[in-house]
Amino acid sequence: MGTEQDKRAIKPALVKTSALSKQYVQRAPFSRKKFVIDALTEVDLEIAPGCMTALVGESGSGKSTLASCLAMLETPDRGEIWFEGDRISCWDSGKLAPLRPKIQMVFQDSAGALNPGFTAAEIIEEPLEIQRRESGRRLRARACELMGEVGLSPDWADRWPLEFSGGQRQRLAIARAIALKPAFLILDESLSGLDLSTQSQILNLLLDLQTAHSLTYLLISHDLSLVGQVADFVAVMHQGRIVERGPRQQVFTSPQHAHTRELLGSVRILESAFRTAQAGGRQ
Amino acid sequence: MRYLERRLIHAMLLLIGASVLCFLLSDLAPGSFFDEMKLNPQISPETVAALRSQYGFDQPLPVRYGRWLKSVLKGEWGYSFAYNATVTSLLVVRARNTLLLTALSTLLAWLIAVPFGVWVAYRSGRWHDRLSMAGTSLLLSVPELVVVLGLLYLVIRTHALPVGGMVSVGFDQLGPWARMGDLAMHLVIPVTALVLASLPILVRHVRASMMEVLKAPFIQAARGHGIGQARLLFRYALPAAANPLISLFGLSVAGLLSGSLLVEVITGWPGLGPLLLEASMSRDFYVVIGVVMSSTLFMIFGNLLADVMLVVADPRVRAE
Repeated sequence: MGTEQDKRAIKPALVKTSALSKQYVQRAPFSRKKFVIDALTEVDLEIAPGCMTALVGESGSGKSTLASCLAMLETPDRGEIWFEGDRISCWDSGKLAPLRPKIQMVFQDSAGALNPGFTAAEIIEEPLEIQRRESGRRLRARACELMGEVGLSPDWADRWPLEFSGGQRQRLAIARAIALKPAFLILDESLSGLDLSTQSQILNLLLDLQTAHSLTYLLISHDLSLVGQVADFVAVMHQGRIVERGPRQQVFTSPQHAHTRELLGSVRILESAFRTAQAGGRQ
Repeated sequence: MRYLERRLIHAMLLLIGASVLCFLLSDLAPGSFFDEMKLNPQISPETVAALRSQYGFDQPLPVRYGRWLKSVLKGEWGYSFAYNATVTSLLVVRARNTLLLTALSTLLAWLIAVPFGVWVAYRSGRWHDRLSMAGTSLLLSVPELVVVLGLLYLVIRTHALPVGGMVSVGFDQLGPWARMGDLAMHLVIPVTALVLASLPILVRHVRASMMEVLKAPFIQAARGHGIGQARLLFRYALPAAANPLISLFGLSVAGLLSGSLLVEVITGWPGLGPLLLEASMSRDFYVVIGVVMSSTLFMIFGNLLADVMLVVADPRVRAE
């Protein structure tokens, strides 16, 4: 716990948000009535470089909106986003363009995240081509290299996304995300929907990649038991607000906010039930 | 290849079924071409009877169907009583005129609908989108007939364009460029009417399928890689949104011979429309069947084309 706090004290945050807010306005059909959804309210978050920060909360708590804002796919209504010391929330799209490769995202739905009309190699080549990092034969070679790095055989380069399993597709999505050598990788529920053994394989891959490329992760998850295994820092979201954040140990052992305790409580019940089931399965 | 073979056999069976149905239904229609002759005192009943047997109308239906099939194999598709010519010779000229009209309008409609639909999908929710949705709703709700009549009214009031027919009087004396110009002037009204009729459906389909795809995570991922707008829309999103559009394109091709009948009749375009109308009125049996069968042929071909295009375009369909 001490070392974690030291890490944070020495290095300035890679990503920082202050008072970030985002509303969605929906209008009911045939009515003037408007529904305002506060997806994010005054969110303050700091993400330490080289660490894995986990963002947990129930579905609908605003995690994915925060991820989209950090990935510059959505524009926040108010508040600031800082990246590597620059206040990027006030930059226009032209100025943001060279920054985009540094922030990449891996989505939950691996089938939807890969263009169904592209082969595996083309999918990985896509960001390299867009950013004009490689061309011609080198492009293909780099794609195969990246496939190897995420544990996919380069022989599968000409396969279509639908010919891969869920875990393999997620590996492909990770290969695409690291192709541009990002500094910050957002994992938006990237491990949900995979079975447990695949989940742990992908998690190990992510940890290996973190060491190899000195990546900073934001792991978005509703699965606290997963977060408990790997995260350095944890932030808990509830109804668009961050209600608690700190080093993992601290949040897990002495949760301050009622909602965190609630989340932890439900996990413990599930976990013990699961352990019994797993123990039964092994025998 | 096995797939294509299967589909072709399917298509043949469908054609045979359609032709049988056509024969049955035409036979159920009251009256025949020769009934009107009977009313004419100058034609003796013997002559009428002789004509009937000459065309095989004294035979039972299955025999007539068999004879018709034989003539189809010979490439004649039966015989027109009114024109005294083989149905094929009539159809070829009329179908050519119809295809000139419909192919041009279909091409134009698609060329406008795809970029426009993509653009409004990209701008969905903004005022351009709302305006275009209101416009397409209006066009959808106005019958084709009213559109053509409105256009004709405008043109007649302004004397801007020639009205009726395909070419002006004295077309044969014109030089090649003047002929093209004359034909083009005559095409304006029917083509505009057809484009206006099909455009709202196409735009709405393009918009809907594009909006669906633009929400997909892989589009978000591409945006995260810093992709340019044009490339995102036309190289990433449009191909992914193409499946329903390919099916729709198949329908467009399917309607090439049958989609313009009404417009042709009103604007006096010498295509299949007026021919079918006249032939139905005078019970020119084989001509009616010829027109219906050629439309059916296009219908089947259009759907087949769409299915083959889907297989070529989408690895997911190929996997099935």
